[in-house]
Formats: sequence, C-alpha cells, structure tokens
Amino acid sequence: MSALLETEALTVRFGGILANADISIGVNEGEILGLIGPNGAGKSTLFNLVAGTYRPTSGRIRFDGHDITRLPPAARCKLGIARTFQVVKSFETMSVLENVVVGALVRHVSTRAAREEAYRVLDVTGLTRRADANARDLTPPEKRRLEVARALATQPKLLLLDEVLTGLTPAEAQKGVELVRKIRDIGVTVVMVEHVMEVVMPLVDRAIVLDLGRVLVEGAPQAVVRDPKVIQAYLGDRFHA
Amino acid sequence: MASAFELRRRNQLIIAAAVVAVMIALPLGIKDVYIQNILVLTVMYAALSQSWNILSGYCGQISLGHALYFGIGAYASTLLFVKFGIIPWFGMAAGGIFAAAIALIVGWPCFRLGGHYFTIATIVLAEIGLILFLNWSYAGEASGLQIPVSGDSWTTFTFLRSKLPYYYFALGLAAVVWLVTYFIEDSKWGYYWRAVRENTLAAQSLGVQVFRSKMAAAAVSAFFTAIGGSFYAQFVSYIDPDSVMVFQFSLLMALPAVIGGIGTLWGPAVGAAILIPLTELTRSYMGGGGKGFDLIFYGAVIMIIALARPEGLLSLVTRTRPAPP
Repeated sequence: MSALLETEALTVRFGGILANADISIGVNEGEILGLIGPNGAGKSTLFNLVAGTYRPTSGRIRFDGHDITRLPPAARCKLGIARTFQVVKSFETMSVLENVVVGALVRHVSTRAAREEAYRVLDVTGLTRRADANARDLTPPEKRRLEVARALATQPKLLLLDEVLTGLTPAEAQKGVELVRKIRDIGVTVVMVEHVMEVVMPLVDRAIVLDLGRVLVEGAPQAVVRDPKVIQAYLGDRFHA
Repeated sequence: MASAFELRRRNQLIIAAAVVAVMIALPLGIKDVYIQNILVLTVMYAALSQSWNILSGYCGQISLGHALYFGIGAYASTLLFVKFGIIPWFGMAAGGIFAAAIALIVGWPCFRLGGHYFTIATIVLAEIGLILFLNWSYAGEASGLQIPVSGDSWTTFTFLRSKLPYYYFALGLAAVVWLVTYFIEDSKWGYYWRAVRENTLAAQSLGVQVFRSKMAAAAVSAFFTAIGGSFYAQFVSYIDPDSVMVFQFSLLMALPAVIGGIGTLWGPAVGAAILIPLTELTRSYMGGGGKGFDLIFYGAVIMIIALARPEGLLSLVTRTRPAPP
C-alpha cells in the first residue's frame, strides 16, 4: 500500500492556541480512515488543512505526488480531493441535479456530459427521485447525501467526510455506512471525521485518535478503542484503565 | 433522449420567439410619439436590467453602480463620434470593450470584498465616475455633449422623424442579451455563477475558481450595459453627466430584475414591462403638481410587490416542483 496523502509535522497556531501540533500521518490508497477524538482535539482543524480552508503555520502536505501545502481549495479539488461540510452548504435555490452538476463540471467541459455524470452519482447516492427538487426542500438526511453526491461528482481520489453520520437516526446512519462502503468499493479513499464511535469503528480500516492537537494513538479500530490513553482522553483520569 | 430538461429549454426559446414577434408587431399601429417613447425605454431597460442580472442576479454580486458602465458607453460612442467622426456602431463596440475592461480593473480589488461591502464599493465608484465626468473639460464637463443630427441615417444611427428604428435596435439588444443569458444558463459559467451566489465556500471546494467567475460575470455584464449606454446617447442625442451617470440609473437597472425575479431568465423583461410604463405614466399624470404623488404611488407599488412576492412577480407563474410521494 502506498500513501495517497501524507502530512509532515503539520502545526497550526490560532493566536495562543496550538490547534494542531506536529501532526505526521499518512492515508493509504483505498482505505477508510477514521479521524476521531474528543471535542477540541483538532480533528476539524486537520480536516480543513487537508481540504485547503486553513494554511498551516509550519509543516507540509503531500497528495498523490504533489506538494499541496499552499494550494487553494479549488486547485486541490482539481487534483482529486473532495470534501463535505459538517454544517451542510447546499446551493439552496438550485435543484439537486444542478448542485451535483457543479461538482461534475470540474471534470467535464460540456454541461451535457456533466449532467450524465451527475445522474450516475445521484443513482449511487440514492437521490435520483429527488433530482428535480430544490435543494432547500430536502430533508436533513437527504441534504447530507447531497453533500456527498456533490463531492463524489468531482471524481475524487480522496473523499473527506466531516461528520456525515452524526445526528442521524440509527436506520439512517446504517444507510450512510453502506454508502461509505460503496464509495470505497468504487476506488475512492475515504477519511472520515466522526464523534459517534460505535458507528464508525466497524466501518473504518484504521483509526487515528487526536487529543489536544496531537496524534494520541493510531491503529486498528479494535485496538484503538481498548487503548488506555484513548479511554483516558475521552473519559478522564478517574476511568484510567 | 430529449429529457425534461431539454424540453424545458426548448420551450423557453419558443416563448422568447413568440414574445419577440409580438414586440415587433406592437408599435406598428402606434403613432403616438409619447407611447413610442415609453416603448423604447421599456425595451431598453429590459436589456439593461438583463445585463445587470448577469452579475447581480446569477452571480449574486449586487451592484448599485452600473450607471458607471452605462455612462462609459454613452460617453465612449459620443466622444468618438463628436471628436473623431467615428460612427457610433464602432463607438458602441469600443464603449462595451472599454467598460468590460474597467469592470475587470474595478473587480480586482472589489471582488475581495464580501456581501454588502461590495455593493457599497460599486455605489462609491459610480459616484467617482460622475464627479470625474463633471470636471473633465474635454468631455464637456457639466454641460455635456451634443450629438449632431443631420437627418435619418442608419450609418450615424440618428433618426428625426420616427422613433421606430431606436425601438427595433433596443428590442434587438434585449433579445441578444436574453439569448446570451439563455446560453450562459446551461454553461459552465452559468452553473459556477449560481454556485458562487449560493455558497462561496462550497463552490470553492467543488473546484470553482470564485474570483475568476465573478470577474467574468462583471465583464459580460458591463459590456452589455455600456452598449445600452451608447444606444441611450444616440436616442436622446444629448448627454451630460447628470443625464447618464447618476445613481438613479443604477437603481433603474436593478429594479426591474428585482421586481420581476432576480436571477431568472424572464425577471428583468417582466419587471421592465411593468415598472417603466408605470414610472412614465405616473410621472406624466400625477407628477408636475410639485407634491410628488407620482413617486409615492410608484414607491407604494414597489413595496406591495416586494412584500407580497419577495422572489419577484415571476414566482406567481413558475410552478414549485412537487415533492414525490
């Protein structure tokens, strides 16, 4: 397995706060990687560094043979990094199809080809029958799907999912899990930030736990959840194993 | 397969062709110069508002300074005609290109401003343009420029006896801007502009180059606005800064689109068809008394529409798509 994405000693400072400190991780091609940790651990910061929303104070990010540390989000998308937003950002007054077409246009010149691509993605994400609805008329779980669909339409090599399973009912979350597996099976590497351990752990191939801006533990999900350091970080000193 | 989408697009073209046919026939029976005048202005504002709609409706960058591009168009063709004898058709093209260039120069700093700050910047820049022209002696300062009218001629685009040639030019311009908008709607730019309007962060993450998208929209919008300005100069055959560059023009370009339906294909035309005759009629039947009844009435109509149909009058006829069971 080769590393698709590598971060090298990534550090970000917001004023006096060290949001990410010396983070060096790798994401292997074809895997589902879970990025977990308690609130304020720096998951979202790391996520936004990879997506290009934030710039690191120091350190480098390499993706698929390119140094992308200074690239803006649009250029990263072109190289094959797609993301979703934790707070969904649909193009509200546009139809579901049109939302997805915007993503597809990164790889297509003609809108007709982009539309065909968009229909394929809607099929994968189970939104076909909502294609003509306005995005603002979707239910919250449907909007999450639209986020994923739009990102998928850019034909990414790496898909970054920001808490797409959080706040869903168990049935909806289960459908979400199936969708993520399906996405991996079509050859897309997935990094997901999540809070809900019980949903994520059976899904991911590998987990990285962050705490206080640093990598705490990295490994197979079964090992990670039993790690005393992780339990301590989540539950505090009194539950020290 | 001819999808529902393609059928909808084709229907738009058929409707447009029918509307243009009606508009071509409309003034044939009208001999009243006053009514002809209103028709010319209505069609001209439909074209101008459609141009404004490209930047402010589709791309969501609300400009209240389009009088600047309108004035640049008016002055470019007039100056070239009066000072160098260059016929207005070339002047018109030059004005359009010059205005597009100015829009890009203005956009360079201004598109880094978000939301309302961009709008404020456009107002200020148009005012600066007004003051520059008021003090520019070569362009006649406050007393303006007179276009020599030597008789009816398509070469110099001046007509004394009839307003119909002006009407048909304005109609042609409105049709062209409509067609440009129609084709943009189903193009990469069309999708990108709407994405930028709806959510800049999401657009960026999907590979949309936001800054470049805004610049393109501004250039296209300014180009057609300036063509409209050149046309207006020919139509009134006398211009000064107060008659082509004041804030009122910026508003009159924005209002039809807002009233009819901002960011829609038909909004500007529908808005202009209601607003411009209303402006002219209230002015002639209620104005002049010095009491401002015309403006009160006019303002009230705009308020009622804005309160009852905040998305514009077009939302009365566009069906909301039914949700599947």
